Amino acid sequence: MENMINLTIDGVQVSAPAGSTVLEAARLANIHIPTLCYLKDVNQIGACRVCVVDVGARALQAACVYPVSEGMVVKTNTPAVRAARKTVVELLLSIHDRKCLSCVRNNNCELQDLCRDLGIEDDNRFAGKMNQYEIDDASPCVVRNNNKCVLCRRCVAACAKQNVGVIGPVRRGFNSAIESPWQVKLAQTGCVGCGQCIVACPVGALKEKDSINAVDALLASGKHVVVQPAPAVRAALGEEFGLPIGTSVTGKMVAAMRRLGFSKVFDTDFGADLTILEEGTELVQRLTNKGVLPMITSCSPGWIKYCETYNADFLPNLSSCKSPHEMLGAVVKSYYAEKMGIDPKDIAVVSVMPCTAKKFEARREELSNAGLQDVDEVLTTRELARMIRRAGIDFASLPDEDFDSLLGESTGAGVIFGATGGVMEAALRFAYEAVTKKELKEVEFHAVRGLDGVKEAEVDLDGTKLHVAVAHGTGNAQKLLDSVRSGEKKYEFIEIMCCPGGCVTGGGQPIVKADVRAGVNVSALRAKALYGEDEGKALRKSQDNAELKVLYSEYLDEPGSHKAHHLLHTTYHARDKYEGIQ
Amino acid sequence: MPDKKEKFEQLAKVIEELKDQPGALMPVMQHAQNIFGCVSLDVQKAIAEGLGVTLSEVYGVATFYSQFKLKPAGKYVISVCLGTACYVKGSQKILDKLSEELKIPVGDTTDDGLFTLNATRCLGACGLAPVMTINEEVYGRLTPDAIPGILAKYTE
Repeated sequence: MENMINLTIDGVQVSAPAGSTVLEAARLANIHIPTLCYLKDVNQIGACRVCVVDVGARALQAACVYPVSEGMVVKTNTPAVRAARKTVVELLLSIHDRKCLSCVRNNNCELQDLCRDLGIEDDNRFAGKMNQYEIDDASPCVVRNNNKCVLCRRCVAACAKQNVGVIGPVRRGFNSAIESPWQVKLAQTGCVGCGQCIVACPVGALKEKDSINAVDALLASGKHVVVQPAPAVRAALGEEFGLPIGTSVTGKMVAAMRRLGFSKVFDTDFGADLTILEEGTELVQRLTNKGVLPMITSCSPGWIKYCETYNADFLPNLSSCKSPHEMLGAVVKSYYAEKMGIDPKDIAVVSVMPCTAKKFEARREELSNAGLQDVDEVLTTRELARMIRRAGIDFASLPDEDFDSLLGESTGAGVIFGATGGVMEAALRFAYEAVTKKELKEVEFHAVRGLDGVKEAEVDLDGTKLHVAVAHGTGNAQKLLDSVRSGEKKYEFIEIMCCPGGCVTGGGQPIVKADVRAGVNVSALRAKALYGEDEGKALRKSQDNAELKVLYSEYLDEPGSHKAHHLLHTTYHARDKYEGIQ
Repeated sequence: MPDKKEKFEQLAKVIEELKDQPGALMPVMQHAQNIFGCVSLDVQKAIAEGLGVTLSEVYGVATFYSQFKLKPAGKYVISVCLGTACYVKGSQKILDKLSEELKIPVGDTTDDGLFTLNATRCLGACGLAPVMTINEEVYGRLTPDAIPGILAKYTE
């Protein structure tokens, strides 16, 4: 039994585990204390003072960091508390660019919520000098507008947690701001583009680089525009339309995409199945030919850039496979183009991703064929939702529709790519049969599921022991890589996803406010939606995908063939994290 | 004068000595500023790598405390007295004029490395207020109009 502390909050008796903060204890009693800089497990620094409460001390205390003690009496709703919170927010507003109507976070902004809940009557009470900051939109992934920044440091903490740390508070007092060092733009730093800063931001100071205009232009160009959504998109898109976290909306998502005017709706899950055949084959080859081990997955572009920038000695360990949507793009502009008799130049591929780093990935020169980029534009899940709203589509009442055939079929193995451990599990479902030549009866590998930072398992491929590990979040990945580098750990196969929780909580996903994140595990709920889809599929192993079999028999020959290598594999190069800071 | 390489070796020694103690960043930066006269980009990178912290962190500390300089001091260090006597005699206007003429904010150094502009407390020459010094030279009873002529003596 945990050591429990008894206290009183607003007259309510509360029993909270020792070491809890007042904020956590209040949550147990369903008493809501407003917060701004607080983001559970990411940023708990008591900086903004919005959560101040009366604990009987001389001064009001920040509930998010103040520890509970036996017999403590807390008041969260006194006139002094309300006045202090109000003043704090009014002061924040005095340096905040209050152009809410044109803000990407309008109606989804924690500062707006505070103004409403605290009863702010004058949004310009402390009118005075304001700093003017240039908007940094040089990065293909992330746009920073410091005119909207409230200096909460949630982005700084999220970036540090990713072990990237390319932003921080600079200068002091009125001139302090969150910036990259030496006033360089984000694009000049070792930023990996993961967008975890965006989903951490309570306001509109951070957003993805817009691709909606470019997609509009493609749709108006008369080109044959193919769209493909990543596995994780279907597990979260519904939240943008008021559905509960963890609702799978695959059929409605497909219907919405058709109504937006895309010529074909294919599935990145097909690309995921394709990836498994290529990557699984590569793994088996590395195992049998004594290639470089451990092999590490290459689906996550944030992870790839992290590896190139901070762990270049592991580049030979990266699977040479392109990521699933890039593979599908390459196949669309070759196999599909040939089959349909369309000039690849007249085809455009739009990917909808839970990810901002994919926007950078799509521009990589090496991810192209015959002078054409495999993928032309990348939208985030949020951007797709904006397009759906703009089009006046009533999402909730859409019928469930199926993906288009040829490149639209997928197995359960492809679906689970969106959860941490999913690529590993999918690969094991393939590798088992490839190595043992026996049918895999029990397809679920529960040891690689779940949200531990680093998961390990030993998998028995009928006598051949495979040591595998899974890490999500580059902070966790770094620990795993360090243990491999030092020789402390030995594995044959590693899955790494850049974002904490895997793609379901990627930087391009719907933003979940801090008070919701404090109460539920968003990654777990969204992942559950994907595992549910997997369970419901008749086919759960990539190698059973019928359309994929046709693709190989008609076009690619076999996994790892010369043609497959030309179209579906890539190379990496080391980057200097200081290159842009001279 | 030790050359650049020797200075970095000195810095490496300091980092080695201090790196395991908590809160090593500030003392290392202070030592670095003593060695190099400033914590320039190269120095900050060396500190970040040596201590295993990010450049963002080093730069954040360097810009938070006015004691840290990002650039080496100029050939001529101008110190304008903002003590009470000088201040009531209009030394703020002298400082503003210098800032305008040199096109740098207070505390900064011109790109050509010639001038550093500082504000100081009482220089003890209140009878001459408003006062400034350029290196060892003292200038008293200043007016903003006199500034361009004085600066010209150093730029020729």
